[in-house]
Amino acid sequence: MPIKKRVEMRKLPVEERIKSFNEVVLGLTEEEAIEEAKRCLQCPNHPCIEGCPVGTNIPAFIKKIAERDFLSAYKIIKERNVIPAITGRVCPQEVRCEAKCTLQRVGEPIAIGALERFVGDWAIKEGVIKEEITKTPPNNIKVAVVGSGPSGIAVAADLAKLGYEVTLFEALHKPGGLLVYGIPEFKLPKRVVECEINYLKYLDVDIQTNVVIGRTYTIKELFQNGYRAVFLGTGVGVPLFLNIPGETLVNIYTANEFLMRTNLMKAYLFPKYDTPIKLGSKVAVIGGGNVAMDAARTALRLGAGEVYIVYRRSEEEMPAWKKELINAKEEGVKLQLLTQPIRFIGDKNKRVTGIECLKMQLGEPDASGRRRPIPIKDSEFIFEVDTVIIAIGYRPNPLITTTTPEIKVNEEGCIIVDKHCRTSMRGVYAGGDIILGEATVGEAIGTGKIASTTIHQDIREGKI
Amino acid sequence: MNQILDKRELAPRIKEIVVYNPKIASKVKAGQFIVVRVCEEGERIPLTVADWDREKGTITIVFQEVGVSTYKLGKLEDGDVITDMVGPLGNPSEIGLFGTVVCVGGGVRIPAIYPITRELKKAGNKVISIIGARSKESLIYEEEMMKVSDELRITTDDGSKGRKGFVSDELRDLLQSGLKVDRVITVGPAIMMKVCAEITRPYNIKTIASLNPIMVCGMGMCGACRVEVAGKTRFVCFEGPEFDAHEVNFDVLLMRLNAYKAEEQVALKKFLEEGVRSHANQKES
Repeated sequence: MPIKKRVEMRKLPVEERIKSFNEVVLGLTEEEAIEEAKRCLQCPNHPCIEGCPVGTNIPAFIKKIAERDFLSAYKIIKERNVIPAITGRVCPQEVRCEAKCTLQRVGEPIAIGALERFVGDWAIKEGVIKEEITKTPPNNIKVAVVGSGPSGIAVAADLAKLGYEVTLFEALHKPGGLLVYGIPEFKLPKRVVECEINYLKYLDVDIQTNVVIGRTYTIKELFQNGYRAVFLGTGVGVPLFLNIPGETLVNIYTANEFLMRTNLMKAYLFPKYDTPIKLGSKVAVIGGGNVAMDAARTALRLGAGEVYIVYRRSEEEMPAWKKELINAKEEGVKLQLLTQPIRFIGDKNKRVTGIECLKMQLGEPDASGRRRPIPIKDSEFIFEVDTVIIAIGYRPNPLITTTTPEIKVNEEGCIIVDKHCRTSMRGVYAGGDIILGEATVGEAIGTGKIASTTIHQDIREGKI
Repeated sequence: MNQILDKRELAPRIKEIVVYNPKIASKVKAGQFIVVRVCEEGERIPLTVADWDREKGTITIVFQEVGVSTYKLGKLEDGDVITDMVGPLGNPSEIGLFGTVVCVGGGVRIPAIYPITRELKKAGNKVISIIGARSKESLIYEEEMMKVSDELRITTDDGSKGRKGFVSDELRDLLQSGLKVDRVITVGPAIMMKVCAEITRPYNIKTIASLNPIMVCGMGMCGACRVEVAGKTRFVCFEGPEFDAHEVNFDVLLMRLNAYKAEEQVALKKFLEEGVRSHANQKES
């Protein structure tokens, strides 16, 4: 029997995409979802589940879609994953569950991400999120969850369902962490994030925005205030710099500032919204990861004439996911490869006018397995730009760990945990990027699930 | 939460509000700031806390209406609610027994130096304060500063009160008089702090400036507030706001403060033309 072709999600035409912040990838219709679900072999060893960082029962929910029983599909996903409409959009399925799919060997893998998103969107559209709440009676034990990104959401939901009185603290004015401030609207509509977070409200999680743990309250004060356990899911929020001259020039943004202004503060709607953003006609985004792609695609939509990704290795070594790079290139983002910035140049008004760069060539593979970039002697040149966005990575915010020395961190500043997500301080647990470094939404949820299991167990066993 | 309990106009376009926020009030220390978002469409703007009452759970903020956000804030009346307030942010001022301390405050930032001055006095320092404004009408927090200083000197640009000139002129003369000064704290417009730093530099007097850059997050994530201090990139929001004034590159700070001039004017013009009071603030939360 010939294997049917995979049903792909449709995308907005490029010319429509770059004029707005509307979502680029359109979801599957019911009929498309069923057609795709029917391709699943329902193989007995289900390798896809191994590829899922949260252990979703993938074949089971796909079977339900094929049977047009979307509610059952939703319930199956929700057992392991609280935010399917989000993970369906921003998990790297291509290298995870779909890479393990048996069909991968003989044709195209099942579009697991697209199907998960379909179910998540269906639940939002049908308003079943609220109805499908199952909760055990309150046990009057207070737990604090710090940070409302993916890992915090997972922990808060799990513990609330078990009857805990959960408070979710968020430092910014909107819950969601990087889902809200970092990932652009055209990849993850904020309405979707809001709907998924509403689930926590239905579970009676007390979401307190504008609270900076480490400043507004310390960890010790949380315990004094009656919290039995504290989960830290504070992410890696501090942007890295190149440490080259001229970084403080005007019109040089960190990707975080650029994306925060656009996503969180809605600068793309200025002056309806008060926060401005400034873009010139030629933008350089430094870095080759997903955040660099997000920033470059955002810059295009804000009306920048030309947008370049400046990356020191070649396209092959880029850490960005393939689908992100494809989208960026389709939309007109240009690549300035094998280029290493060494100095920013500004005018008398301290506005950036160019980047002095070195040309690179690739040598032997380094520790990351990617070929090492080596500068070519006397290859300096000036890359003229009027806006720069630095997207070369992040490190953890040290606010909590410096005010709470009991919590041990590694050389990178990430919190050290045992395999059950316990930190070195009794009653304090951690998950997500703050223990993993820069990871994915799925992995963050995965560690959150480990932490919530441990917290529940430690409390039941009287360890904390 | 975030309800305005009292409002005063201290000078034309300069307003003082007392806001109920026990979380911030119970924690804030001299030198720290908060980030405010006035309404749903609003920017996040940093404002220094001028005073607090831990028992009543209130904080006092002084601001000048210069851009759309401060204009919107100025429109709010008693009972209105500020959509978002977060803090306290930044590191508290270093308070210790230094000896003779000169506190130099300028314009709308005099209330920001007020709690620092008060704590330095409490710590046993001899405190000489120099405050200045454009004119007698725009001089604020004179009485408050008087109470917490051993000596208060006043300057105005037009000479309508105190000495005619800038606070920096008064500081220069004070140092030239041979008085032994152990520390200078300067809180004011960037250009004022820059001049003060240059005046104290030849005397090798430890000089602290509380910087006031544009911020977005206020908690170390975005880097909008970064400045160059001793040749290094530093975040004012979580490594500051106070730095050794002799190490700060004020030219960079000044240029970065002007980065959005054109956009700020567009937004303000639109706001003033619409002249509507945001209904988002009418509701209680």
